[in-house]
Amino acid sequence: MHISIQNELFDFSKEVEKFNSKLDNIGALVTFTGIVRGQKSKTLDYMLIEHYPGMTEAQIKLIVEETFKRWKICDALVIHRYGKLEPGEPIMMVATASQHRKEAFEAAEYLMDYLKSRAPFWKKEVLNGQENWVKAASGDEAALRRW
Amino acid sequence: MIDLIYFSWIRERIGKSNESIETRAETVIELIEELKKKDVRYSEVFSDLGSFRVAINQELTNFDASITEAKEIAFFPPMTGG
Repeated sequence: MHISIQNELFDFSKEVEKFNSKLDNIGALVTFTGIVRGQKSKTLDYMLIEHYPGMTEAQIKLIVEETFKRWKICDALVIHRYGKLEPGEPIMMVATASQHRKEAFEAAEYLMDYLKSRAPFWKKEVLNGQENWVKAASGDEAALRRW
Repeated sequence: MIDLIYFSWIRERIGKSNESIETRAETVIELIEELKKKDVRYSEVFSDLGSFRVAINQELTNFDASITEAKEIAFFPPMTGG
């Protein structure tokens, strides 16, 4: 299990290589990367992400532990950034590795659903000096019920 | 003393990120009612229970939860991670 809560930009292809290099005898590796929108459309100047230090780490660890209980996965990676993020930059990524693809896909989806509405992060979008807190989508809570 | 921590628009509307308080409230909802009487900023922020969440000692909980063992209580809007 690898969890990192960081301000620094990360290179998701390097992170996937690093994650894969430590694994042995896996048959499937699934990754998801969330990106700040608006790089070409200029619909966003930048994004600010606030989090709850301490609870963030503890909560993500619980979510990852639950993922290990539910699926036969070999390893999981979660990186989530906070602070000021520019359009086009990665916000976060998850990676899951398993013997077969079904487990890796489902585990990654489960991780994403829970990170979205159970990890204490709050996003704010800034455009032309106007600041707007991103509202949780109504489907976010519903997404948890399918698991 | 209990530390109260606020995030996102709750922090902005209350005008501070944290404060220490003495309270006789035994549950989260009693504490919220007490805060609402303190100042109009609190009564506005906490007017709709559906619009925010609570964590006691960094664990997500509900408004009926006991706060007698609480060291830290955080109020925040629904999370928007991922």
